[in-house]
Amino acid sequence: MENLGLIFAPLFSYKLLIVLFFGTIFGLILGVLPGLGPTTGGALILPFTMTLDPLSAIVLLTAIYCAGTYGGAITAILINTPGTPAAAATCLDGYPLAQKGEAGRALGMATVSSVIGGIASVIVLIFFAPLLANLAYEFGQPEYFALAIFGLTMLASIGEGSPIKNLIAGAFGILISTVGKDFMTSIDRFTFGINELTEGIGFIPVVVGLFAISEMLTQSTLINQIFNRVALKAVKLPSIDDYKKTWKTIIRSSGIGSFIGVLPAEGGTVASLIGYAEAKRWSKKPEDFGKGSIEGIAGAEAANNAATGGAMVPTLALGIPGSATTAVILTGLIIHGVRPGPDLFREQPEFLYGIFGSMLIANILFFVLGFFGAKIFARITLVPNKLLWPMIFAVSVCGTYSLNQSIIDVWLMLLFGVIGFFMRRYGFSVVPVIIGLILGELVEGTLRQSLVIFDGNWLMFLQRPIALTFFVLSLIALSFPLIKRKKKNDKV
Amino acid sequence: MNDVHNEKGTNKGLSLFFKSSFIVSGVIIVISSVLLYFTFTFDLVPPILNRGIQPATFPKALLILIIVLTLLTYFISLKNPWKDEKKLPTSFYITLLSFAVFIIVSKFFDFFLGIALLSIIVSYFWGERRATYLILVSIIFPLIVFVFFETILGLRFPPGIITNLYYG
Repeated sequence: MENLGLIFAPLFSYKLLIVLFFGTIFGLILGVLPGLGPTTGGALILPFTMTLDPLSAIVLLTAIYCAGTYGGAITAILINTPGTPAAAATCLDGYPLAQKGEAGRALGMATVSSVIGGIASVIVLIFFAPLLANLAYEFGQPEYFALAIFGLTMLASIGEGSPIKNLIAGAFGILISTVGKDFMTSIDRFTFGINELTEGIGFIPVVVGLFAISEMLTQSTLINQIFNRVALKAVKLPSIDDYKKTWKTIIRSSGIGSFIGVLPAEGGTVASLIGYAEAKRWSKKPEDFGKGSIEGIAGAEAANNAATGGAMVPTLALGIPGSATTAVILTGLIIHGVRPGPDLFREQPEFLYGIFGSMLIANILFFVLGFFGAKIFARITLVPNKLLWPMIFAVSVCGTYSLNQSIIDVWLMLLFGVIGFFMRRYGFSVVPVIIGLILGELVEGTLRQSLVIFDGNWLMFLQRPIALTFFVLSLIALSFPLIKRKKKNDKV
Repeated sequence: MNDVHNEKGTNKGLSLFFKSSFIVSGVIIVISSVLLYFTFTFDLVPPILNRGIQPATFPKALLILIIVLTLLTYFISLKNPWKDEKKLPTSFYITLLSFAVFIIVSKFFDFFLGIALLSIIVSYFWGERRATYLILVSIIFPLIVFVFFETILGLRFPPGIITNLYYG
């Protein structure tokens, strides 16, 4: 806690402030554009971060994360299309309120509740991440293996897709991480005689391919889609009465979002749905939900932004991503040579507290920019896809090429784009692939090193209490979606 | 993808093979099996030096897991069929084709010519007919990207017809 003063350090660095400013604007633009969002946008910007120092790079990514999560609400309210999946619940009441001519009120409430949710979650991050990281001091190789398995089993409950499909996608991600020279023996695996593959498949081609290129292919199937736009005359502050109605909802949803964000592999989408459902459950007027309830907007928006800080807790403390976008941020940390975990807290507090402070500032920045710039940002949706996506392609290709100056990386990006498109088409989420790719090395490395320690005796894992706890939690995490599904079927 | 089994006059016994769940599961299993075969060709660490497991063991276990989970997904789909996907529009195939054009042109002619061609194909077939905008996405924007990467980020692009003109 003696490092708390470091939180304000970014305020005194003009370089970080510039990065934050551009990150926030870029995040808002990405959030507003349906199909992009902070995850794809973060993936697109990853190669460019290589020209920055590690702190500036991660600050840029976190600013995009915070602002992009809020930005999704602008299009959710104005064109009934969530800019990000986390803003889906905002459509339910935001758009009906906008249709009543109160777009400004809806947007104002979304902004205020997003900022409060975001700031609350950063406070959670500041206090809980060091605690969780301290716990990790007790971890040896077997414990890290069990933790990584737990992180992977949480994939079963990520998003709305089938748990088994998510596990297949996660296993595919781990398989990608095995390509190249084996790190223990230098034996080639899946290189097929291609020299460029001996170093393995990089994160960037996979991330950009699975998010940006697969989205481009998805957009190619939707070129005739028409949006109904609601004119936004002015963004006005919600009334005092609106705040009186919603303050409890905002606080509750901020807590819900922060908690759900902390769970590995959960994120803003789940948080906003639960935040919305709880707002309805506690409301004095639940019948207004779905028809333009100001509480509905507050419940969903506070929760999805609160998940941002929560999701950063396991990402920074344990190296286990809390959401899809934090998986991209974790990729950024890894390619900049920063290994998350307790050592990071002990050895580089200025780096970590710089991130915390930047997240706080990003929330304040998007409050100002969102409030006064919503009308301008909403106009970005007018850029037609037929112009936007070829430009995104050019940036994706050059960005991917720039990292290793390898044309093979560009081809891999296209290959993963096609794979990602078909995965999404047939109900496989692409997020588990990224999480599997990130955790793959940790899973295999810790497993093999543990077996060396245990002299090949697998049962020794069960004699380690922390590892055993994570295995039990993994079993629960795996069975939870099955129980949920069975209950749902029984109800039907 | 259309499920042919719903169409009139289709042999119901054969309809199983046209279900998207069957095709997708089949593709995953075939690819996984081929990769599994390759794991048997990996070099082995001599027993005297081997500590822990062989390098092929972990990928083998993953591939077997993928095959088992895919079979499970397929059998679940027999009870709860996947939702029918709409037929893919022509614009999708053209976009896919433009990727192939990009790969060929960037490999044999020029990286930026590949980007320009892809941009013009995608933009045109997605509905843009105005020459000014086609020039904007296919020439002006890639040029801005080139200058940005080349001068600001100091990147050197692969040689090609156009790139060589710049590099001299």
